[in-house]
Amino acid sequence: MRHFLVPLYAIIIFLIFWELLVWVNDWPNYKMASPSDIWPAFWKFKVLFFQYGWDTLWRTVVGLFIAVICGVFLGMIMGFSKVLREAIYPLLVGFNAIPKATVVPIIALMFVGQHDLNTVLIAFMISFFPIAVSVSIGLSTLEPEYRDILRSLGASKSLIFWKIALPKTLPEFFGALKVAVTLAFIGTNLMEIVSPHGRGLGALFDSGKTNSDYPLMFAVLIALALLGIGLYYVVVVLEKIFAGWAERSTD
Amino acid sequence: MSLNVKKDAIIIKDVTHTYKTETGLLPVIKNLTMSIPENGFTAVVGPSGCGKSTLTKLISGLLQPDEGEVYLSGVKITTPRPTVGMAFQNPVLLEWRSIIKNVMLPLEIVPNKLNLQQKEQRAKQLLSLVGLEGFEEKRPSELSGGMRQRASLCRALVHKPKVLILDEPFGALDAFTREDLWQVMHNLRKEEPFTGILITHDLRESIFLADEVIVLSGRPASKQFFVKLPKSKTPKLDSLYTSKSIDMLKTLRKQIEIAQSQQEQNK
Repeated sequence: MRHFLVPLYAIIIFLIFWELLVWVNDWPNYKMASPSDIWPAFWKFKVLFFQYGWDTLWRTVVGLFIAVICGVFLGMIMGFSKVLREAIYPLLVGFNAIPKATVVPIIALMFVGQHDLNTVLIAFMISFFPIAVSVSIGLSTLEPEYRDILRSLGASKSLIFWKIALPKTLPEFFGALKVAVTLAFIGTNLMEIVSPHGRGLGALFDSGKTNSDYPLMFAVLIALALLGIGLYYVVVVLEKIFAGWAERSTD
Repeated sequence: MSLNVKKDAIIIKDVTHTYKTETGLLPVIKNLTMSIPENGFTAVVGPSGCGKSTLTKLISGLLQPDEGEVYLSGVKITTPRPTVGMAFQNPVLLEWRSIIKNVMLPLEIVPNKLNLQQKEQRAKQLLSLVGLEGFEEKRPSELSGGMRQRASLCRALVHKPKVLILDEPFGALDAFTREDLWQVMHNLRKEEPFTGILITHDLRESIFLADEVIVLSGRPASKQFFVKLPKSKTPKLDSLYTSKSIDMLKTLRKQIEIAQSQQEQNK
């Protein structure tokens, strides 16, 4: 119960502080909307919030899913072969160094009108890097004795991967996935904001901007934060299930 | 010494092995011949970096010798074989498995007819033999270094290997824990017969545990000195402090010094 109440109180205190801050400074809502402005803004567009929230969520999750598959695959290649690691790494670092905001218009032009595809693609591109790097490091730093224990019994390479290399890499993988979740949301929203006639929370944010509906913009930010928290904790739960062993008990 | 292919469990015949490094060829083992009889236990000592660990890899089939042959129970070794068990200085237990699941790992790889219950029973039997009953469901991180090494020994023996290869298994433990584990080794040998080879830097360990001690020369390693030890049925730590044992330790110490100075010269 404490695990639930402590964060809840923190959120309530934060909202009260926010409300007071706006009230004391007498800020107009285009400078800073207060929590009491946000609720009506949400209620007015509640149907859109759920529709677009769903759009944003599934695009992010699909983008992440592809990032996990490609990231793990790339990480495996780099983790197992030193030559391929040396070949791929500079390319990967270079690709990651390009700010994805600059890639957004390129992708938007490349697949004109395919809004879903564009969005998923950016979410994927922005989030696969940490996954690939963590998996490759996890695999390449596997102590040789671990391999020898199984190899001396005549185990095949794939058996060694499933029994040892994969589980041993899981904590690093989930660490990277937590970073990737946040990144994927950034990617999704970048594309949703930029695309004309787009859907998703990013598009709702953009329409708030064009219509000078400032509380709506803040309401979108809160909705994004809620989605982010939700997805993050899904990853935490998955981590507990699959890599809970890596957690040291604190008592 | 004559090699008896039928009787000896481990035979290393005229083995030479060279590593290729960036600076050129590095010969680590040269014309090494040795054998260990069935259910015998031989300790191999020698200067640091003289090729002892390479020797364990050759016996386990993880490495192929450039020249010469390795036989286990009369069969020439060309690939790793499930009749081998290994334990290293690092116990390499899998953190995501409980102790009993760690011990059962080889049974998931080596072909066998045991069902899950029999596998568990086998693992439990070994764990209680090394004094780890009640720790079956613990994680490796919850155990002390000595206990982890006990579990590692169980894993090396769970599939009833004919040959047990120990590569400095007690090297990282404190002196008293090490002595405890020497007793554990004697228990294991009594209950679970195997042919063993022990790589060690500890001369006391070698004469307390083994039937025979081989001193390897400096790199490239070959057999420099060999001694058969008298064995009592109930070994006690006190026996290490008798004048006979001390003389033996002095002899071995002398041999190590010779090997070390030879390795210095070869550099």
